[in-house]
This record gives sequence, C-alpha cells and structure tokens, in this order.
Amino acid sequence: MTVSSTRTDSLSADEPAFLRRMGRMLLADKFALVAAVFLVVMVVLAIVGPAWLGEEALKQNLRGRNLAPFDWSRDWFWWFGADALGRPLLARIIVATQNTLLVAAGAVLISAVIGTFLGLLAGFSSPRVSQAIMRLADVIMSFPSLLIAVIVLYLLGSSILNLMLVLSITRIPVYLRTTRAEVLEIRERMFVQAARVMGASSRRILFRHILPIVFPTLTTLATLDFAYVMLAESALSFLGIGIQPPDITWGLMISQGRQYLTNAWWLSFWPGLAIIFTTLSLNLLSNWLRIALDPTQRWRLEMRGETRG
Amino acid sequence: MLTFIRKRSVASLFSLVGLIVMVFFLSRMTGDPASLFLPVEASAEMKQQFRELHGLNDPMLVQFGRYVGDVLTGDLGESYRKARPALDVVLEAFVWTLWLAVTTMSLVTCAAIVVGSLAAFRAGGFFDRAASMLSLIGASVPDFWLAIVAIVIFSINLAVLPTSGTGSLAHWVLPIAVLFVRPFGIIVQVVRGSMITALSSAYVKTARAKGVRSGPIIFIHALRNAMLPVITVIGDQAASLLNGAVVVETIFGFPGVGKLMIDSILQRDFNVVLAAILVTALAIFFMNLLIDLAYALLDPRIRH
Amino acid sequence: MAEHLLDVRDLSVEFHTAAGVVKAVCNIFYHLDRGETLAILGESGSGKSVSSAAIMNLIDTPPGRITSGEIYLDGVDLLTMRPQERREVNGKRIAMIFQDPLSHLNPVYTVGWQIREAMTTHGLQSEAAEAEALRLLGRVGIADPQIALKKYPHQFSGGQRQRVMIAMALALRPDLLIADEPTTALDVTVQAEVLALLKELQREIGMGVLIITHDLGVVAEIADRVVVMEKGALVESGTVGDVYRNPKHPYTRKLIAAAPGRGAMHEDDQKGDVLLRVRDVRKSYGAFEALRGVSFDLMAGQTLAIVGESGSGKSTLARVLLRLEEPDTGSALWQGRDLFRLPPRELYRLRRDLQMVFQDPSQSLNPRMTVFQLISEAWVIHPDILPRSRWRERVAELLQQVGLSPDHMRRYPHQFSGGQRQRIAIARALALEPRLIICDEAVSALDVSVQAQVIELLDRLRQETGISFIFIAHDLPVVRDFADQVMVMRKGRIVELGGVRQIFEAPREAYTQALLAASLDPDPDVQASHRARRAASPSPLSME
Repeated sequence: MTVSSTRTDSLSADEPAFLRRMGRMLLADKFALVAAVFLVVMVVLAIVGPAWLGEEALKQNLRGRNLAPFDWSRDWFWWFGADALGRPLLARIIVATQNTLLVAAGAVLISAVIGTFLGLLAGFSSPRVSQAIMRLADVIMSFPSLLIAVIVLYLLGSSILNLMLVLSITRIPVYLRTTRAEVLEIRERMFVQAARVMGASSRRILFRHILPIVFPTLTTLATLDFAYVMLAESALSFLGIGIQPPDITWGLMISQGRQYLTNAWWLSFWPGLAIIFTTLSLNLLSNWLRIALDPTQRWRLEMRGETRG
Repeated sequence: MLTFIRKRSVASLFSLVGLIVMVFFLSRMTGDPASLFLPVEASAEMKQQFRELHGLNDPMLVQFGRYVGDVLTGDLGESYRKARPALDVVLEAFVWTLWLAVTTMSLVTCAAIVVGSLAAFRAGGFFDRAASMLSLIGASVPDFWLAIVAIVIFSINLAVLPTSGTGSLAHWVLPIAVLFVRPFGIIVQVVRGSMITALSSAYVKTARAKGVRSGPIIFIHALRNAMLPVITVIGDQAASLLNGAVVVETIFGFPGVGKLMIDSILQRDFNVVLAAILVTALAIFFMNLLIDLAYALLDPRIRH
Repeated sequence: MAEHLLDVRDLSVEFHTAAGVVKAVCNIFYHLDRGETLAILGESGSGKSVSSAAIMNLIDTPPGRITSGEIYLDGVDLLTMRPQERREVNGKRIAMIFQDPLSHLNPVYTVGWQIREAMTTHGLQSEAAEAEALRLLGRVGIADPQIALKKYPHQFSGGQRQRVMIAMALALRPDLLIADEPTTALDVTVQAEVLALLKELQREIGMGVLIITHDLGVVAEIADRVVVMEKGALVESGTVGDVYRNPKHPYTRKLIAAAPGRGAMHEDDQKGDVLLRVRDVRKSYGAFEALRGVSFDLMAGQTLAIVGESGSGKSTLARVLLRLEEPDTGSALWQGRDLFRLPPRELYRLRRDLQMVFQDPSQSLNPRMTVFQLISEAWVIHPDILPRSRWRERVAELLQQVGLSPDHMRRYPHQFSGGQRQRIAIARALALEPRLIICDEAVSALDVSVQAQVIELLDRLRQETGISFIFIAHDLPVVRDFADQVMVMRKGRIVELGGVRQIFEAPREAYTQALLAASLDPDPDVQASHRARRAASPSPLSME
C-alpha cells in the first residue's frame, strides 16, 4: 500500500468548493464563458425588459415606418431600425426576451421534472410498469411534435401556459429515456448494491445514490433542450399558432417581418439573430457542462486552466 | 435475427395501438367534434344531422370501436374542402414530403459521417475546431429564419432560384438546403463524439498493433461501432425533419403533408388533419422499426 | 556487442495529466533474444505496460511523449523509422496480445475476418489468409474451427477469446510477441492452459516473448529472465531463479514476501455454535442452473472460504444469502429463523448482522459521498445503533481500526488508493456491528502487496471482534492463510468441503487437486517440478 498511498496523499488536498471549481473550469473555456455571460445578460433583460422598454416597444411612430438600421443619430434602441408600425426593433427584441425565455424555461422545467420522475419509475419498478411507460414514450415520439402542437394549440387556443404544456409533453420522452437508461445502469453498480445490503430503502437508494449521479446528465440535457424548445416555440409563433399579438416573441417578430422581406430585411433578420445567439450559447454551454460535470473528462478543462496560469 | 424482428414488432404493435387511441381522443378532445369537423358557419340542425350520421351520440367505446374499424379498412373520412377521401389527399401530399425527407436525410447522413469522422480522427486540430463550430451554429439556426434569409438572398437579390413551387429541380434546392442545416449540425456532433470514443477503444489499439492503416481503422473498425448511437440520432432527426417540413413547406409553397396540414387546419378540414397525423405517425413508426433493424444489422450482439 | 532481437535503451516516457506531468517510465534498459522469454513484473502504476506501448507505437501523443531513448529491433531503431515502415513492423514482426480479449476484439466483426485482416493488411491474398486462419484456429485449440471462424467475439468464453487473440497475433509468425497480462482475467485452470500454449507456440516459431505481468507465479511459470519495475523505474533484473532466490532491491523482496500462501494455516477446530445453516439452495436463471443444491454450516467466529472458477455459482450464493436475489428453493437458518423467508421488516433488522465487502472498492463506494457520509450512512439507515452526536467519534474510531487516519473522513473515495478504499469499505461494513461479513472477491482487484495487508486486517478483525467471515475467491492460495474451512465449488455444486489443512495437504477430489496444481507458485523450482509432473500425466481437465 505504501507504494500508491504516498502518491495519492500528495494529491488529496481537500476538494475545492464546487462553485469555485466550476468557475475555474468556465474560465478555461472561453467560448463557454462568452456564452454564459451572454445568457446571463439575456436573463437580466428578460426580467427587466418589459418594465424598462415596454413603452418604447409599443409606441407606434408612423414617420419611422420600416426605418432602416444603423441610424446612429437616433436613440440607441432605434439602431436596429423599426418595424412596419415604426416601433423600434431593438426595444421590441429586448421586451420579447421575456416571453421567449419564459415559454422555453417553463416547458423545459415541466418536461424535465415529469420525464425524470417517469424515468426513475421506469428504471426502478417492475418490468411491466417499465414497459408500459416506455411504450407511452414511443407513442409520443412517433408523432411529429410540431404537428401535435399545432393541432392542440388550435383546439385549445394558444396562451403562454398552453404553449408551455404542449411543448413540454413532446419533450418528456427525451428525459424519460435518458433517465431510465442511466438508472438501469447505475442500479447495477456496486455502491447501490452495497446500500441495499445495508438495508437502505428504495427511496433512499433512488434519491441519495442514483439521482445525484444522473443529475449532471440531466442538466446538460436540459440546457440543450432549452435551445430546442426555443426553436420550436419560435416556429409555432412564426406559423401564427404560438404567442398571439400584442404579446411578442422573437419567432412572432420574424413572422411579422416576413411580408416586408423585399424592402425591409431587417424586420426578420434581427430577431432571428437573437434566436441564433441564444441557442448557440445554450449549445456551447451544454457542451461545456458535459465535460465539466463528468469526473473522468473534467481534467481536460482543469489542465487547460492550469497551463494558462 | 427473425426472433429479434418478431419481438421488436410485437413491442411496436403496442405503440401502434396507443397511437391510434391518441389520434381518436385528439379528435374528441374539444368535447364536440361536430363543431370541429363542420365549417364555422354550420347551423345547429346541420350539426345535429352530422352527429347522427356519424354516430357521435353513441357511447365513447362504440365510437372508438367504429373508428378502429375504419382505420383498419383504410377509411379515414372525406375531405370537406376537396370532396375526396381524406386518405387520398394526404397520401398524395405525403409522397412529396417523403421525397424531400429521404433526399435531405441521405445527404445529411453521408456528409455528417464524413465530416464527423475526420473531425474525430484529428480531435483538437484545425479541421475539428472548424467543424465543431460550424455544426454548433448549424444546430442553432431556426429553419424558418434560414428559409427567409435564403429567399432574400437567392430569390430576390440574386434571382437564381425560385421561391416556391415544384416545377423543376431548382425548386428542390432551397427546401433541401434549408432542411439540411440543423440535422447536419446535430449529427456531426454525435458522430464526432461517438467516433472519439470508438477510436480510443481497445479494439482500435489491437488494429494498430496489427499494422492496419488509418483509413480502414477509421472507416471499418471504428465507424461501424460508432454508428450505433448515431443511428438513434438519425432516427430522431428524421422524425423532427417532418417538423421542419411543416415550416419549410409553408414558406416555399411546397405541396407536402406539412403544408397540407396547416392549410387544412386553417380551412377546418379536420378529417384531413387526422388522416395526416395518422399517416405521418405511421411513417415515423416504420422508420423506427427500420432503425432497430439497422441496429441489429450493425451489431451482432443485438442479433443473438 | 552482440545484436539482440529487441534492445530497449534509456527509454523515458511521460504523460500530461490533470496532476501535472507524470514520468511513466524513466531511463529503462532491457533486451530480449529470439526464443527467449522476458517478463516485466510490476504492480499497478509501475509503468510496466508503457514500454511495450512505445514498442508498438501505441502511445497517444499528446498526452504521452517519449523523452529519451532508442528501441532497436534487430539493430534498427523503431523510434526513428518513418511511419510507413513502422506500420509494416506491427503485426508482421512484432505482435501483441492483451489482458482483456473481449474489449480488444472488435465486437462487430467475425473472428475469422479479424484474423484474416491481420494477414491481408500485410499483403496476403484473401484465399490464402482464409485457409491460414482456419489452420491457426485449429492450432490454438479452438474446437470446430470452420464454424468458429464465422462467430463473433461475444460468442466465445474468456479463454477461447484469448486463444483467438493468440491465433491472430501469430498469423504472420512474428519475431517478437508482446503479451500484456495475457491471463489476468482468466480462471486459474484456463490460465495454465493458455500459458502452456504460448510456450509451445514459442518453441514452434522461435519468437522472443515479452510478457508483462503483476503475478510472480506467471513469471515463475513462463519466463527465463525478469525485470522488476516500480514507479516507472527498473529496480532489478536477472534470471528468474536468481531474482527469486536473491532479490537485491527491497521492493522485489517485498513483492516476494507478499505472495499469498506462505504463512501458517489455521488449525482445524470445529467447535463453537452453528451461526448459519444452509440447506439445499438452488437458483436458476432461465435454463442456466447457477446453484444446484448447496448445503453447509458456518460456525460462529470462523472463516469459511468458498473457492471456485467463473460459473461455479460462488457469487450467486453470496447474493442469495444477502437476499440481493431470491433463491428458488432451500433454506438458510440464522438464529433459528430461515432468512430466505424473512418479511421485509425483519430482513431490514437482519441487515445489521449480515454485511458484505465487494470486489472492487472503486465501485462499491459512492463517488459523490465523503468517507464520513459513506460510513455514517449505516446509522442513517439504522438510527437506533448510535445517536447522531457520537457519529464523528465512532467514524474516527472505525477508521483507526482499519488502519486509516481519522482526518481521512472529509475526503472522497477517489482520493485514496485501491487498498485504502477497500479499508473504507470494511469500515463501512463494521459500522453496523455485524456478526457475519461476506467478502466477495474482496482482494482480487488489489495489488499483491496490498492483498496481503487487507487479508491480515480481516484476520485481525476476526480475532478481535469474533466476526465470522465467508470469503469468496477464485484462487486457492489467497485463502490459505486465512480460512478455517474451505469449500470448493464447480458448476453450482460443492465439490469438496473440509478444513483448510486437509484441502491444501490432502485434497480428495480430482478437481481440487487440479485447482491446486493450476495455481501458480512464485518459486520457479516448484513451478518447474509442477510442469514436469504435468508433462508426465496430462491434466484430465479441460475447462472449456
């Protein structure tokens, strides 16, 4: 034992606090860092946006109809130009952040919680229950999700809550399958067996031993899914069955600009760019999380951080 | 192999039944199908007549039995707008979408496998970083926005490609190009990750110890193993391509099932909508079966 | 200076890791001639496999880097060759077999295809390769080679897979064969057969063999010369006999002293009460019968060793006794109650008395819990054992009892070495104050020198606390110094059950004798006499 114990002892200074460690790893990946900063800004805008610029975003200004962008002489929120009713685009994009992120966040949260719960159930209960749950997931997966959303929204009427619910139903299988697959693998691991030998209840095993191991994967997945749901909401709003005016989201703004394509491209272009940057940031962050939360991969980031000083 | 197919088919049968149940309840979800199926301006008598004609006053279970019977005999009702069997209308449109999807997916698969494999072979190199960044951007772009931008650039400003219709080969270019981007971005990432795992595996070490060249190591030893997770994602992406088709077909005026569905909803032609859902769901269902088969073909461990 | 087949000079390799640059091997020298077998002996982390990876050009750069040295093959330096020439050498002049043949064979191609590829890569026509593959499979002792060619790796047993690897490696009659722990994952009887096959093929082809192992027994059985490695440095080299009899370096001496099966055996005294009375336990998985009627008694305060090869049912027995799986029939009387029929409430209480230590401590400890959490979990589950205020104190006590320090309790399992982790697992088992601990292969994942220490710890605990042990192992020598009773199992049945002295000194059953004969002794002279005896009367056993 002395052979290896001396080696490990030198390494085993107490673990640095979780947050500090994540922060250090974030600094090591500059793309992820930029993405994280961007997303924080977006979240702040989503919270303060409507209160801050709500008035400007709604005030019509007939002299400024389809105003071209890059007119630096005006106030900054005119810099991206104005829409067909002369409302400043930049202000509208900022105000729309709230709805766009709210729908996506809600849908991700609902689908992640339900999907994870069902996945834990499917992975830990009898084969029959598990089969039933999996078949249900198959059924949901075999509908084209956007079509289902279109129909359900058409039937139920579209509101932010309905939009969240519909989008979340179509995403439940993603979490369900991942969680179940992980649970099936983890419950055979020896530390779970060890807990059973000690007499731990199923609930303890599930929540104390299995869930913490699945959690990083789910976080990564949810980040990725956030981007997916955002795109889906935008598509629905674009088709006219998502968010309805006077509420706005980025997808709806693209749709509203569509008829002015030939003479005012910026109406659709800027909100599209907002969507791209946000989803791109989410994708980048998800990739980073995948590495940062994996104990066997993490060294790549930590090493990079160290060599840089 | 045969037992595998049989087992898999039985399991899928449950999903198929579940699917039909879902479609049925979807059509009854609003409570009064009569007002759903008939045009908005229909009178109260017309609705009553309609209910009696279609047995909508019968117990739910009887209605469901009849619905299943109809589905099994291929009777999905009439299209009110076109006065033709809804199934015919849907199948006509579906062929267009199928072509669009199959062409796009084939291109995506080939391109993504080559790009992803090469990126993985020199992981961390210039090509890898470029490919990773591009695929990330590709996966982040909303397709409808891309469609609009493509129209502005290629149809309006450069005027080299038509905006809508199906007349010539040129009509296919923009829809396919737009549909290509997102699945490509996603699949490249999966191929890359999966290939990196495969290339660092023990059997690749054995192949190197045997003196096998890099080409066969990547495309024979590693790729076939790496394809297993990739195939699942290809299946998922093919299914969500139908989502993309709704948007892209609407924008490009492409007479596929996605456009048909949106049009039918706006025209309240609900039989067509239900038929379209059933057909696309069936298509996805059979594709999933194909995916499972591909699994078994690639991996002998699943076969035995 | 005469030219050697392989001459490694002043080789140093380093790896970049999270913990900084690690020197995996440091200025090592060794050489090897045709027809000769050289063993590289070392424990985990010694760098014993690194030089062979350098020879085969299998080191990934980065993170690895060869910082100094030359590797001559018949006088030509491999490290300065062009990549194309280097590739030509692999498979044709130097071949390699690995520890875990299942993961080293490509799962999605037939073994026939993989053997043929070894030849077609170096220019053989495919028909010729096909015929040769057939001959090779027959030569390495695979039954029905014609059919076997069309099978996939997962359809073979572990020993057969290693034979397939050997066939593939020897397809082009290489000058040098590198065998990296070729028998580590195999049963002892299969290990003996594979080593014999290697020796035979070596004579036939006249190649040099470089064998990398952690097992002194393997060295004694197959090698002519040995080099001993510790932490990347080569600490000793010489002929096998010299090194064994006159080890110069303290590390070599420690390795030799740690070899199991040299201490005093326990005397056979069957007094005391019966703690556990097991009768006619059966368990099937579909058509496979894992346990076919197992009965035995365990005395309080004693150690029962259960020894068997893979498929013997020994681990199933452990899982059944702990109710991790339900038996089909049978009974196990524990304090007058049949523990197979205990309702959940009482089973929960029984868990306190019956604990388990698992094979691989890196997997049996939840990686996200600190040592304190791991050990005190016992009291979270059974709150009546100890009031919360005393947990910290008791954890410290337990850690000291298993030879660790109390300040280790804030750390996570990955910050410990394998042996330390197993000590934590033992402390966890002790936390419930059990009366019986079942150890399932509890030392087989550990280095030899660590094995001895853990067994010593278990034996001491037994004496101090009177806990009984069921100790499951696949190898007889490991249990020799520790067991009171030994039970040999094969294919779900008990072959022989007796006192430790009787089993080791006067085994009655042929299978027990074969197991004893197959386990390798670190003394090369003993191994030589074993070989001589085997040659005189070929083993009646074929395990496959």
